[in-house]
Amino acid sequence: MFIRHEWFEKNALLLLIGSLLTISIGGIVEIVPLFTIETTVEHVDGIRPYSPLELRGRDIYVREGCYLCHSQQIRTLRDEVERYGHYSIAAESMYDHPFQWGSKRIGPDLARVGGKYSNDWHYAHLKNAQSLVPESLMPHYAFLSETPLQTDDIVERMTTLRTLGTPYTDDDIANAKADLLAQADPAADNAKLVGRYPKAIEASGNGKEVTEADALVAYLQMLGTLVNFADTNTERLRQ
Amino acid sequence: MPTKIEKDAVSGRDTTGHEWDGIKELDTPLPKWWLYTFYACIGIAFVIFFLYPSIPYGPGYWHGVMGYSQRKMVDAEVAKLTAIRKVSLDKIGSLSFEQIKADPQLLEVAMTDGRITFAENCQPCHGAGGGGHIGYPALAAGSWLWGGTLDDIQQTVTHGIRSGDDDARNSAMPHFGADGLLKPAEIQQVADFVWSTFYGHKTEGQDVSAGAKIFAENCIACHGENGEGNRVVGAPRLNSHIHLYGDARETIVAQVTLPRQGVMPNWNHRLDPATIKAVTLYVHALGGGE
Repeated sequence: MFIRHEWFEKNALLLLIGSLLTISIGGIVEIVPLFTIETTVEHVDGIRPYSPLELRGRDIYVREGCYLCHSQQIRTLRDEVERYGHYSIAAESMYDHPFQWGSKRIGPDLARVGGKYSNDWHYAHLKNAQSLVPESLMPHYAFLSETPLQTDDIVERMTTLRTLGTPYTDDDIANAKADLLAQADPAADNAKLVGRYPKAIEASGNGKEVTEADALVAYLQMLGTLVNFADTNTERLRQ
Repeated sequence: MPTKIEKDAVSGRDTTGHEWDGIKELDTPLPKWWLYTFYACIGIAFVIFFLYPSIPYGPGYWHGVMGYSQRKMVDAEVAKLTAIRKVSLDKIGSLSFEQIKADPQLLEVAMTDGRITFAENCQPCHGAGGGGHIGYPALAAGSWLWGGTLDDIQQTVTHGIRSGDDDARNSAMPHFGADGLLKPAEIQQVADFVWSTFYGHKTEGQDVSAGAKIFAENCIACHGENGEGNRVVGAPRLNSHIHLYGDARETIVAQVTLPRQGVMPNWNHRLDPATIKAVTLYVHALGGGE
């Protein structure tokens, strides 16, 4: 319109500078707002990184593709708030790499399933969902309670997450294996575990070895339980 | 490159002046309607940027001049719903069960609320209609572990069983087998006794006196002399046809060896007191209420 196209077509240097300028504008518009992304995530009391057993449970959740049927995101819709509880906030998935919001809602939303059912129920339901909920479409995951949990790489997993910004302390990582075993054993002394990871729920376990079901149940039982929405500070942070 | 702009004989349009091996390019402009729609879209984008929450910057983000917030909207919608329900829920919350039952209209509201709450929260364990499952008590059967009056049910729903709540119903059957309180042979004997005497599987000529002795020494404190159970400590009634963990003899052995201690969550962190009363009325009316 204002600049003759011919100038760019005939001058390689001008074309280079012009292209660079155009791409820079696109880049800046896309990238610069991300520098302030921190300011859009509310900082809410109670959010903590996953305990080692919960973390492994989360890995199993991802491996088995639970997110293909279950969302973990209570939307700001009246009916969802009515059924599942307070809508999800960004801070609740700040330590999820990647987040498990999901998009298919074939099964119920799991964002606040923690504490809704007993541990025993979760074990039985994972084994055979139809035995408890006849109309359920969920496949059977009986093998989870028969498969020993791989625990020898827990330190590596936590260290990796630390490089992604999850604030595991050296203390957390040094005690990872002990914490994992303590949470999977109902008879173990849990004071230290709960000190590091408040509200961590013990899995029932089978008394012999830590299974994948133990990890998954520990993960499910903490979902959505960390934030106390009755807290006035939390109310104030709502945008 | 551009040679010279000339008029195309067929279309009557100018060419761009580009030519490759004798092929020339027509300089056809974009249709006007398309071009102006495109400009309008860019303009509208800026208007929407201005009106609605859009771009993050510095300490926050642009909130938009409309004050649009999905969170505020859902809060308002829930508040509206709460206000409508408040009329009935306040009454349900403040009146006694007897008073609610005396008001047919209010009772209908409470039962409806109870039914919906039950379906979402209780049914996964207790089954549709309170039919129960192995390990999850039937509510319609009248065989209560902790009591089946309205007040009992309300207490159980509110605080749960072995839930960790301060007022939860709590009891723990000793691990007779796992902790070595009884020898495996003794467990078999006491299972024989319970199986034949209370479960009604008497075998001619079977001597269960050894089991009866063990039962008298270890079990009657909670389960009662005649296996009638004790609701104060949630000890199940044994002399009935409804058994929490199944009807087989092996379940008696398993339960004496290493008892399962069922957990019911406390619902006071998820349901408000009036809704708990409503679901109590519903559960009570399922068929087993006392």
